[in-house]
Amino acid sequence: MINEQRICIGCPAGCRLRISGEKNNLEISGNRCAKGAEYACNEINDPRRTVTAAALPDQPDRPCCPVKSDRPVPVAIIGRLLAGIYSTPVKLPVKRGEYLIRNFAGTDINVIFTRTVN
Amino acid sequence: MSDGSFDIIEVVIIGGGAAGLSAGRITAAAGLTTAVIERDSCAGGILNQCIHNGFGLRYFREELTGPEYAEKAAERATEAGCRIFTDTTVLELSVSEPGNGKYKLKKILCCSPEYGVMEFFAKSVILAMGSRERSRGNLAISGHRPAGVFTAGAVQRLMNINGYVPGKEAVIIGSGDVGLIMARRLSWAGVKVKGVVEIMPYPAGLPRNIAQCLEDFDIPLHLSCRTMRINGRHRVESVDIAPLENGRPVLNRAFSLSCDTVLMSVGLIPENELSKKAGVALNPVTGGPVVDSRLMTGIDGIFACGNVLHIHDLADYVSAEAETAGKHVIEYLGGKVKRGEIKTLPGAAVRYVIPGGADPASDNTFYMRSAGVMERARINIHQDGRLIYSRPLKYVKPAEMLKIELPQAVLKESHGSGVLEFSLLAG
Ligand SMILES: Cc1cc2nc3c(=O)[nH]c(=O)nc-3n(C[C@H](O)[C@H](O)[C@H](O)COP(=O)(O)OP(=O)(O)OC[C@H]3O[C@@H](n4cnc5c(N)ncnc54)[C@H](O)[C@@H]3O)c2cc1C
Ligand code: SF4
Repeated sequence: MINEQRICIGCPAGCRLRISGEKNNLEISGNRCAKGAEYACNEINDPRRTVTAAALPDQPDRPCCPVKSDRPVPVAIIGRLLAGIYSTPVKLPVKRGEYLIRNFAGTDINVIFTRTVN
Repeated sequence: MSDGSFDIIEVVIIGGGAAGLSAGRITAAAGLTTAVIERDSCAGGILNQCIHNGFGLRYFREELTGPEYAEKAAERATEAGCRIFTDTTVLELSVSEPGNGKYKLKKILCCSPEYGVMEFFAKSVILAMGSRERSRGNLAISGHRPAGVFTAGAVQRLMNINGYVPGKEAVIIGSGDVGLIMARRLSWAGVKVKGVVEIMPYPAGLPRNIAQCLEDFDIPLHLSCRTMRINGRHRVESVDIAPLENGRPVLNRAFSLSCDTVLMSVGLIPENELSKKAGVALNPVTGGPVVDSRLMTGIDGIFACGNVLHIHDLADYVSAEAETAGKHVIEYLGGKVKRGEIKTLPGAAVRYVIPGGADPASDNTFYMRSAGVMERARINIHQDGRLIYSRPLKYVKPAEMLKIELPQAVLKESHGSGVLEFSLLAG
């Protein structure tokens, strides 16, 4: 039995969604429109987030190298992905769009640099 | 220019953030000599420290992180022929006499480690210096001055550019978007965020950020609460918080949160020291220059856009406004004179409207903020007491900027020349 609350991110109204019922038969209330129900379903069945972080380069006087996952990451593996990012050495220079990590743990998720640092 | 010669530049843009780069691309693409002057070692401004995504959906039609947005904007400006001077700080802006024909020249005094002190002379100037953060001095919180108290933006820079983690346990004062984003950033870096304290009964930041930056990490949001005191002599030890009732702190329900770090996310102030010294008149509500329908300040040939004009919550809106400023500069230097201008005024439940004027001969875009939270509101524009435009809005709140596009036809049909009054109506 599910009994959770979420804030819908679909628009600035930010409806408070109440979600109950079973995984395959959810009851959703509090949404002002259909988008809210869809969001609630995704949040229960397969929540994902884009992960961003800053990786430390090998030269301490240079700025950090910001990175992002190239697609939303299942919430359950975000911690592992972050640990992977923090422990992968970065050798300068790096270009925007280049890979820090390819196909993370067989998930097809890549981590790419979002800034050129020379 | 940099070789010490005294070329007159057509457009000098002070500040190379989203605003400066977007304006520079437009004026350079029109063939005007354009120089962007940026004090940091690379262009992009605040975007460089905003490593999270959510930028660019409107301006670049793809979802980008801040650094990607910055780099793309700088590339596009450079491709258009705009020159970007980095590591160069503008010390003073003044209108130099005598003028050069039609245009009074503007003198821009700058310095850089490479070239020392230098002067630029320009026919037009775009102010794009962005904003700075409000700090503890702007709030009345008692306590000693221990280490560990930061503005949220300062921590953002420390973590995302310099690579430092500021502490182990943090409390965030103010629920603005920068603070919320930092709650997630800290959590992902292993820092425990003990809570966010907001004095208002509603959060200042976007629901998106409340959901993904606080609820994802079970970080409590204390609404209608005031931070009474920051404890600790050498390093922050805890923060005392009291709930408010009828605007007064209820001391017997006060509580404290232990922490070694405090972040303040209590708003931004347009950065207008240069403008003030140059004699540009400022609007006390926005903290930015008073501008007419062309985004021109009170000084002929000096324009303003981006956060220096008024605080924007979206970089994409900054770029859009900057492009508009660029277009007006092109027209101004092309010799177009302004015919007729209709003043704009904030009315009921509206905090401000930018710009301060409308051009009756073209479409106009206005940016405004509401004075309070309203559900199913209506934005009305009255002229000479007559309603000339009305549109429903699902939801408005002060933290969210409203953008109103007023087609030229509306002003044409109204035949009026009186002030346009913008008001918000509930229900
Ligand atoms: C801390 C912070 C976080 C933000 N987070 C988000 C976000 O998550 N999403 C979003 O959409 N928007 C965010 N914003 C909103 C921000 O308003 C826009 O993103 C936009 O980037 C602002 O652009 P700007 O060019 O007006 O200002 P800035 O980016 O501040 O650029 C101004 C530039 O002018 C330069 N400058 C100032 N004075 C001088 C001088 N005297 N000489 C030379 N150069 C000078 C500065 O160095 C700076 O590079 C954030 C703003 C801040 C302050
Ligand atoms: S449910 Fe609909 S109205 Fe409510 S926040 Fe989501 S998108 Fe907006």
